[in-house]
Parts: sequence; C-alpha cells; structure tokens
Amino acid sequence: MVTILNWVALLIALITSVGLLLQRDWRLGLGLLATQYLSIFWLVQTHWPVSMAAGKLVTGWMACAVLGMAQLSNNATQEPEAAWPQGRLFRLFTAGIIAAATFELSLRASSWLGLNLPIAWGSLLLAGMGLLQLGTSAQPFRVVLGLLTVLAGFEILYAAVESSTLVAALLSAINLSLALTGAYLLNMSQEGRT
Amino acid sequence: MNAPFLWIFLPFVLGGILLLLRNQKVITLIACIFTFFLTLAAWLLPIDTVMTVGTWTFKLTSSVDILGRQLVLGSNDLSLLALIYGSAVVWFAAASVTQSARRLNSLGLSIVALLVAALAVEPFLYAALLIEMAVLLSIPLLSAPGKSPGRGLIRFLIFQTFAMPFILFSGWLLAGIDANPGDLGLVQQAAVLIGLGFTFLLAIFPFHSWIPLLTEESSPITVGFILWMFPTVALFFGLGFLDHYSWLRDAPALNNVLTSVGLLMIVSGGILAALQQHLGRIMGYAVIMETGFSMLTISLVKTIGLNIFFMLLVPRTLCLVVWALSVAILKGQSSTLFLSDTKGLVRTFPFAASGLVLANLAFAGMPILAGFPPHQAIWEGLASASYPTLIWALIGSLGLLFSAVRMMIAFSAAPEGVHWESHETGAQRVLLSTGFLAILLLGLFPQWVLPLWTRLPAIFSHLGK
Repeated sequence: MVTILNWVALLIALITSVGLLLQRDWRLGLGLLATQYLSIFWLVQTHWPVSMAAGKLVTGWMACAVLGMAQLSNNATQEPEAAWPQGRLFRLFTAGIIAAATFELSLRASSWLGLNLPIAWGSLLLAGMGLLQLGTSAQPFRVVLGLLTVLAGFEILYAAVESSTLVAALLSAINLSLALTGAYLLNMSQEGRT
Repeated sequence: MNAPFLWIFLPFVLGGILLLLRNQKVITLIACIFTFFLTLAAWLLPIDTVMTVGTWTFKLTSSVDILGRQLVLGSNDLSLLALIYGSAVVWFAAASVTQSARRLNSLGLSIVALLVAALAVEPFLYAALLIEMAVLLSIPLLSAPGKSPGRGLIRFLIFQTFAMPFILFSGWLLAGIDANPGDLGLVQQAAVLIGLGFTFLLAIFPFHSWIPLLTEESSPITVGFILWMFPTVALFFGLGFLDHYSWLRDAPALNNVLTSVGLLMIVSGGILAALQQHLGRIMGYAVIMETGFSMLTISLVKTIGLNIFFMLLVPRTLCLVVWALSVAILKGQSSTLFLSDTKGLVRTFPFAASGLVLANLAFAGMPILAGFPPHQAIWEGLASASYPTLIWALIGSLGLLFSAVRMMIAFSAAPEGVHWESHETGAQRVLLSTGFLAILLLGLFPQWVLPLWTRLPAIFSHLGK
C-alpha cells in the first residue's frame, strides 16, 4: 500500500512539475506548486517522522501564500521571455527528455542510496524540472518557482540521508526566505515598470 | 555570556533593528561603532577565561547549542573575527559617503553575522545552509531601488543557491569516507560534488558571469562588499574542508586542480579586464582574478602558500574598498561608467579617478602598493614550482595593468577648457585619501599587519603545520 502511495506521489510530482513548466497563469502555477508540496511531504515522510515532514508541507504552502500575495499586489502583465522557444510543445518535449533522463539516473541512485525507485525518481525529476524552468526563464516569479522546485527535489533525497532538526529548520527557513526574496523581486519589477 | 552571542546573534539582531531606522548618519554611526567594538573585543578578549572588571567577574564561553548542533567560536577564531569585523568597519565607513549606507550598514551587518555563523557551525558542512541564508539576505541589498532585477542579480541567486545542495550532499558522502576510507569510488564522487559546490560558491569559470553583470547593474559599494565578503568566507570554508579531511588534503590531484582553476581565473579575468570598457565590470574581473590568486596560493600550501593566502586578505580589502568607493562616486556623477564617457575625469573628480587607477595598479601587484608584497611572494613561490604557471599568472596581472593604463589614458584625456576642480565632497576626499595612504603604507611596510598573519593560521588545526 505504501509503495503504491509512493508511486501516486511521484505521479503528482510529475504532473505538477510539468504543469509548472507549461502554465502561463500565476494562480495555476501556485496551485500546482502547493499540490507539489503534498507529494514532497509524502516522499519525505518515508524517511522522517510525520511531524517533521509536515514542516515541509507547511513551509511550502506558506511560500506559495507569500508568492501569491506578492503577485496579487503586482498587477502588471507578465513580460514575454526574450530568448527561448516558448511553445508548449517544446516545453513538453524537453520535460519528456528530463523525465526519461532522470528515470535512468534514478535507477542507479536508488540502488546506490538504498532508496525506493519512486523516491529517487521523484527527487531527481523535481530537481531536473526545476533546472529546466531556470534555464528557460529569467522572470523572477518563474525563477523562484524553479529554485523552489530544485530545492524540493534535493530535500527529498537529502531527507533519506540526514534527519537533523537543525538542517530541517534551516532548509525550511531557506524555502521561506526564497519565497520572500521572490516577493521582493516581484515588487521591484513592478516598481521598475511604473 | 558566550562568544556566538556576542559575534553572531547581537550583530544579526542589531542589523535588523538598524533596518527600521531612517536616519542614514545615525545608522552609519551605530554600525561603525558597534563593529569597531566587536573588532576590538575579538582582538583583546580571551575566550573560556575568567575575567574580572572591578567587582564584576565574567567568562566568555566558546559555544552555544542550537537544536542539537553547536556554534563554536574558540580562541583560535578570534583573529579571523577581528579581520572580518575590522574589514566590515572599513566598508561601513566607506558606504557612509554614498547613497547605499542605510541598506548596506543594516543588511550588511546581518550578512556578516550569518557568514560568521557559517564559519562557527559544527558540523561545519552546515555552513552551506547559513551561506545560502546570507545570499538570500543580500538580494535586497544588491537590487537597485525602483529598478527591475537585472540578469546579474538573478544569476547570483541561482548560482549561489546551487552551491548548497552539492556541498550538503558531499557532507553525507564524506561521512561515508570517514567510515570506509578505502572506497575510491566514494572518494571520487565526494570530490566531484565538493568541486561543483565550490565552483558555484566561488564563481569559478564558467559560473562567474554574474560578477561583471552585477558590478554593472548594482551599487558599486554594495557589490564590492558582497564580492569581498562571500569569496573570503567561501575560501575559509574551503580551507576548512582541506583541514578536516586528510584524504582531500593529501590527494595528488588537488594541487593540479587548484593551480589550473586558479590560473584559469587569473588569465581569463586579466584578459577580460584588459578588453573591458565598463569601470564597474573591470572591478568584477579584478575580483575574479583575486579569487584565482587565492586558489593558487592554496596550491602552494606545502611551501609558503597559506601564509601568502592570509597576506592577500588585508590589501584586497583595502584596494576593493577604494575601487568600489571611487566607482560609486563616479557613478553618481557620470551618465555611464564606460571609458568613452569618462574622458578627462581626473580634472573634475581627481580623487575618485586616482582611487580607481591606484586600486587597479595595487590589484595588479605594482611595486610600493599594498598588493605588491603578497603578489611578489606568489610569483616567487610559482617561480620555484613551475615557470609556465608563473608566466600565465603574469599574463593575467599584465591584463589588469593594461586596463589601468587605459583608465589613465581615458581619465587624462580632458577636453579643452576643463579646469582642475574637485567635485567630490569633503568626506569622500578624506576617506579616499585615507585609503590611498593605507595602500601606500601597506605596500612599503607590509610587516604592520604581521600580528594578524601570524595569528590567522591558528584557526586551522592541520593546515600550515
């Protein structure tokens, strides 16, 4: 049963991370990120006590709330990206490549670290999708979403090897600070345009 | 009372309080006096020793527990604290004559406290988390008010954030190596992860692009502060790795890697500085070169390297402060900082123009200036180790020297009818003149900072022994 739920969490991570790449609406983006944190919570709690893993969920949702509030006050329209192809098909194709590459990597990582495949794949998939997001956008909002996704991927893997309370607290503080930084940058963008 | 409270918690909280104040002069005064006292305390106060002042007896303990881990500032760390907080005083004082004083003195103080915490945390690998927090705190400091965040800022955030996962994960592998030192596969994996982590953290090629971008986009004095603080702490953090892990310290490939990477940074920084047109970006390339020189000195560690590494710190701080302050003054007056737009500036801004050239020459290792004694020691060390390495390092320095010559030509090319008149304020003139004097005196009498050099190696238990 637990293994099945791990695969379900992985599926949620896959759908939400691909959705984050494809979405144009910030509300949908934050909804997907909030859902992504549910899968992160599930994958992390396989190694951590539920109470500590719940910290990740709460922190993630708080980060979403911070970014949401910043976007609400930032009523300007999103600027188009300058360089990369912006088509959804292109993004879907690159997401497919990332999914395939991380699957291959996760086969090795799961045996190396002694992890279940869905946990290893979920972690690498999120890190990969976050990197893709960072590589295809220079907008502060998307950059912060990308960084949060990369960090989420890393945290799943790191939870398997480190269970220190201080690390958990500092990682939560970093996630929240990253969201606050994103909110600050969004406000700066707004000021810069007006 | 404990040392982490005095040198970490107190400045961190004060930085937050200063952020609430409005008056720039008050903020500068409080920040400078406070950091000066922290410097004095680091130089004079003993740790873990009972002290009596009148009828009052107290002891400054070295550690504090937080969530099962420790922050430790022992008596060996005091010289490093004196260096860090002493340099912070210089930066805060320099910022007082620019528009960035309010944010730099408040956020800067908190950033310094977080980075000191990074050097104090046990296990030391957790430093990566605290450095990341300092990076996030520097974003408001670096973003220009009322402007959209530039590419340099975004890249700074991304690249510095990437360092943390690699270093943390390498920590787990290193624990495995401690348990099983013969596992070569594990050693290689850990080495690759550490290398990647420090490549991001130290802005090593090709992840250095944020430095010139940021020096162009943001306030020069705040960028200068960040470019002094982060590489310095990252280098000490890196030396901490070498100090802790004997397998890493004794790895046969380590010297080659450090030499190659150091040379790459020196040569690329020097050549790009020589070709650069923007005064701020030249400063960025000079900082890249300095990080390269530091790595080169670490590669000489078995001979004289670590001492030269420490010798570089004070001149670097002085030259960078003078350079950043000069660029900040010119940025406030000139439409752009491109060389073509700064013709004849020596007549209207003689102090700032001279500061730029002097700092540039000192960074290039010009004799009688502060940068010469450590650079001369590096060249001497390289000459005894490898001539090709020395020649490449000299090519880098020549590149920076060439940029100084180009600056001099541009600054002195005044249009007809421009009279000599200093447009700097009195405070700016005083600060820059003090900086010039310090750069000259440190070049002539490098032994004046000898007490600091001789005390700094004590922070490492294995390196330099």
